[in-house]
Amino acid sequence: MNFDYTDEQKSLKDEARRFLAAVSPLTAVRAVLEEPGIGHDPALWKRICEQGWCGAAIPEGYGGLGMGYVDLCALAEELGRSLAPVPFASTIYQFAEALVIAGNEEQKQRLLPLVSAGEIIGTLAASEGPGVLRSDALKVRYVDGKLSGTKVPVIDGLAANWAIVLAASDEGSVLVLVDLSQGSVQREVVATLDPTRGAARIHFDGAAGEVIGQAGQGAQLLARVQDHAAVLLAFEQVGGADRCLEMARDYALERYAFGRQIGSYQAIKHKLADMFIANEVGRANAYYGAWALSTQAPELPLAAAAARVAASAAYWQASKENIQTHGGIGFTWEADCHLFYRRARHLGLVVGAPRDWKRRLATRIEQQVAAEGIAA
Amino acid sequence: MNFDDNPEEAAYRAEVRAWIEGNAPDLSVLTAEERRTWHPAHKEAARQWQVVKADAGYACISWPREWGGSGGTNIQEAIFNQEEARAGVQFTYFMTGLHFLLPALLEHNQDELTLSLIPSAVRGDKIWCQLFSEPSSGSDSAGARCAAVRDGDDWVINGQKVWNSGAQASDYGLLLTRTNPDVPKHKGLTVFWVDMTTPGLEVRPIKMMSGDAELNEVFLTDVRIPDCQRVGEIDGGWAVVISTLMNERAALGSGTGLSWRDVMALARQTPSWEGTVMDDPAFREWFADYYIRTEAVRLTSFRTLSSLSRGEAPGPESSAGKLLWSNSTQDMSSQAVDLLDMSGLLVDAEDAAANGAFQHRFLWAPGLRLGGGTDEILKNVIAERVLGLPGDVRLDKGVPFREIPSGR
Repeated sequence: MNFDYTDEQKSLKDEARRFLAAVSPLTAVRAVLEEPGIGHDPALWKRICEQGWCGAAIPEGYGGLGMGYVDLCALAEELGRSLAPVPFASTIYQFAEALVIAGNEEQKQRLLPLVSAGEIIGTLAASEGPGVLRSDALKVRYVDGKLSGTKVPVIDGLAANWAIVLAASDEGSVLVLVDLSQGSVQREVVATLDPTRGAARIHFDGAAGEVIGQAGQGAQLLARVQDHAAVLLAFEQVGGADRCLEMARDYALERYAFGRQIGSYQAIKHKLADMFIANEVGRANAYYGAWALSTQAPELPLAAAAARVAASAAYWQASKENIQTHGGIGFTWEADCHLFYRRARHLGLVVGAPRDWKRRLATRIEQQVAAEGIAA
Repeated sequence: MNFDDNPEEAAYRAEVRAWIEGNAPDLSVLTAEERRTWHPAHKEAARQWQVVKADAGYACISWPREWGGSGGTNIQEAIFNQEEARAGVQFTYFMTGLHFLLPALLEHNQDELTLSLIPSAVRGDKIWCQLFSEPSSGSDSAGARCAAVRDGDDWVINGQKVWNSGAQASDYGLLLTRTNPDVPKHKGLTVFWVDMTTPGLEVRPIKMMSGDAELNEVFLTDVRIPDCQRVGEIDGGWAVVISTLMNERAALGSGTGLSWRDVMALARQTPSWEGTVMDDPAFREWFADYYIRTEAVRLTSFRTLSSLSRGEAPGPESSAGKLLWSNSTQDMSSQAVDLLDMSGLLVDAEDAAANGAFQHRFLWAPGLRLGGGTDEILKNVIAERVLGLPGDVRLDKGVPFREIPSGR
């Protein structure tokens, strides 16, 4: 048992923190916020790609560094902490993981080296409209190698070169790999709660696409991809939640009211202690998820759902209470608190809302108990 | 990050699992009534199990050999505890002594007399209790008033203690006293160990809201204790208190008792509108929220173990574990009682689901949030010691103890 990063992973994380503090200060995040529609910072994305982070967990045979998932989790924690406005999560946690899980050898050889080298941006398009995604009621269809219909919102949908799209087909749900540069794909920006992460509405009008994985297995494959993404996103969430707690702590130490630091009042101390506890719950479950992901343990579906539920709750609590601790100044556009409040909700929804994941978690606990029963 | 046993840990687990299976007491011979904690038959079963463990070197696995332990690691001890819990033979009688008090005692005293007290505790023949809290100092342990006055080679003690868990059945206690009221409060405290049969010492059980009576008041009237029973320095008792409190929070933060598995089993056997309660979406959503909290307690206890195994003291983060455990346990007991609907009111073992265990927990839960540091004190500990926020404005700092204002 070892409940921590290794020393090498800690130094990787420290190095990433220093790098991001230098190249992605909150002023850079704010620049993306202030210019609607941009959705990410291309110069920063280039710097991050040059670090080799895109290939961190991609096997060496596909042009990656093959460092493993826990290293990628360490990077995710720092990316989340810095709010870096880059299409890393869409490209790495979702697009690349979908290829790793469902792609055939030729598809992996063709695309993963490009992902590792930072030469393409990828995304995953599943959502079609309000409410939970139901794979038996998909409106986007894949017929005779052509994709038709609309996906919205697609995160990084405008910046991406490639997408993997969940669609209905005669054989059931299917994941379809699409080159977004073709003329039969129309894209437009959609405004979201977090303008520092771009999103698009994508219309497919008979766009050519190829099947990823087995046709008819689209929804099951997507669920596996989302388990991987949930663990990695949990580290971005935990990183952001910790930063919120630090911001609140620092402000509570510097702000005086009624002749005392506001951090000396128990009302503030206990609020911050509650944030600390929620963050510990998020971190503990995220670590367990990282272990399950890196070892491909049978507990992965359970651990991923627990990580997502816990980390989403932690970031929500930390981001909202950080604003309240700051008082009126925290509610202004000028203060940075709302950047985290926005990102917290963005990350909490991108692969499905907590409500959906609590449902998955309960089911997976039952499955785990049933599996133990058979083993015992 | 690795939550699997490494090969040595796995081998150790297999060894102790087999040993426990071959040696554990058979509690099924006891009646439902006899299986309750503090019933003489239950206590005797626990004592006999402790002797069997001591003879095999499993009683105090992580203690050094010179204290009568096995010189093993904290991880080994944790594995043994997990396997004991799995086999349903974990008892709480000796926890206060072996996990909180005696390690602190031995940290400060290593004389022959102190060492002679150890074997009987390790074998479960003698039980230890903590005599710290007082009517006017609960959370504020350093506010103890119980007076110890030097008289030749002895100390004469007068005062009252309260909330002393297990004192009614204990043989020894670790006693916190005031030896100097003219200095600031943390600097005038001294700790002694005391034989609970010493003349002038009287134990009166307190009936708790749960109906149990395992907490006590202890009255001390002209109790005479020789100086050789002093623990640590004169007026240096606060250091001993801190050692025990940190041990206590670390142990409580690791979580014990009913688990998510128990409440899940209850939900699966209880009918609802369609199917069982386990099929109800509202219950499932609550269950997911409860699960991540209880998992966090389990997982962070591994972190405490990791720091213990590096030779570091359990840190203030164990306060978070204790808060989470006590609050989520109360929440769980409330859900469990509710999901039974009107039958949730039934408490007798023969009427109630799960022998009334959830109802008993429901009535005990407020105490879990008080003992070992109240919610409010633990949040202060996190705010001050983890987050570095300032201490409260204090009216008692730097003031001679006798001048500190006190209420009822």
